[in-house]
Amino acid sequence: MNEKSQSRLDAALGLALALGMILALYMAFIGAPREKTMGDLQRIFYFHVPAGITGMTAFAINFVASLMFIIKRNRRWDHLALSAAEIGVMFLTIVLITGPIWAKPAWFVWWTWSPRLTLSLVLWLLYIAYLLIRNYIEDPGRKALVSAVFGIVAFADTPLVWFSIRWWRDIHPTMLDTGGLSPSMRPAFLICWAVFQILLVYLLRRRFYLESMRGDLEQIERQVDATR
Amino acid sequence: MSKVWAVFRKDLLVELRTKDTLNSMLFFGIVVLVIFNFALESLRESIRPAVPGILWVAFAFSGTLGLNRMFASEKENGCLQGLLMVPVDRGVIYFGKMLAATVFMLVSEIIIFVFTLVFFNLTVSVEIPYLILVFFIGTLGFTAVGTLLSAIAVNTKMREVLLPLILFPVILPVLVNAVEATNIILNTVDYRALKLPLTIMSVFTIVFGTVSYLLFEHVLED
Repeated sequence: MNEKSQSRLDAALGLALALGMILALYMAFIGAPREKTMGDLQRIFYFHVPAGITGMTAFAINFVASLMFIIKRNRRWDHLALSAAEIGVMFLTIVLITGPIWAKPAWFVWWTWSPRLTLSLVLWLLYIAYLLIRNYIEDPGRKALVSAVFGIVAFADTPLVWFSIRWWRDIHPTMLDTGGLSPSMRPAFLICWAVFQILLVYLLRRRFYLESMRGDLEQIERQVDATR
Repeated sequence: MSKVWAVFRKDLLVELRTKDTLNSMLFFGIVVLVIFNFALESLRESIRPAVPGILWVAFAFSGTLGLNRMFASEKENGCLQGLLMVPVDRGVIYFGKMLAATVFMLVSEIIIFVFTLVFFNLTVSVEIPYLILVFFIGTLGFTAVGTLLSAIAVNTKMREVLLPLILFPVILPVLVNAVEATNIILNTVDYRALKLPLTIMSVFTIVFGTVSYLLFEHVLED
């Protein structure tokens, strides 16, 4: 695709996002029914859960991009990996902020070391570590390679963390084994989920574009330095 | 295999002549125990349930100190280049280094454990072989990924500061299961329950041993 159609796609995505967000807000706050026991409190669910799913998706993208970088050595893969990690940390931050806000009135505690909460926190720490490593290596080639290695390590660690802590007492609901969400809440959830996914794609594209430009600029600067 | 042994022997020899790493690991481990004694003063009469946690925090902290030195001394003396020029697979260097780190950690763990027995007035007898098994498998997991991350950290601007920041989130499964296993041995005494934590730690070691072996060359590349 050429640059023009790329920016046209971004504009279309941005527009879809703006409209989708209004619709999602409407569905979450007005369209969806009030929950029986928790009341309006439950509406935070429409942001908490999609943000979690989107964060995990971003980390999976980081893993694939890291792996591809090791194999192909094309720095575009590194740009994608970095973009995905940053955005994943952002979505996980939303999860970790909305979680305690919801937990305090619902469970009467800000935090409990239940498996799901612990896993989210550990993932957040792992990918902040990934970003830290990138901060402290100057040579762009080494930075890309070393962080790709850590991206693979972090992703491989995730199931092991889960299997180590899943025996801990869990009060966090799982949508899968309780038969899922009430059908009347499903449309609002699906819309919110879809909007978050579009947001992920949009942010990834923009961040990737920015990082590619920065990478190109860095390379040109080095070439200029070399000819001097 | 003999090449792995050569790298291992080199590190062991350097350590036996200087004793830098082991001394600092041991001393730091003992300092951590003393700190815990003050931090948990209110529990002093019934400290036993907290001992597995205290032990593994001391092991992890002193182990991080040791891992930091695995590549640092070579980096400082310009020997890393020489090591990299040796015509062997980079994975061989990884296994040699990992083996050396494991031995250093196990030695300091056993001495730290003896200090724990004294400081916290514990008596153990039949538990000792089980404890050594748990220490061994836990340490293998720790060094399997620790050696790789140590090689990453030593080549950054932050060096020693970075390693614990990137190591502890990754090492969490080992820490959780090692504390759990030690707790089973010291407190609940249901040895059949040991199977699960030992299995997870072994899987961790195998996964990260393989990942590190495959990726180690990229980390050291200059």
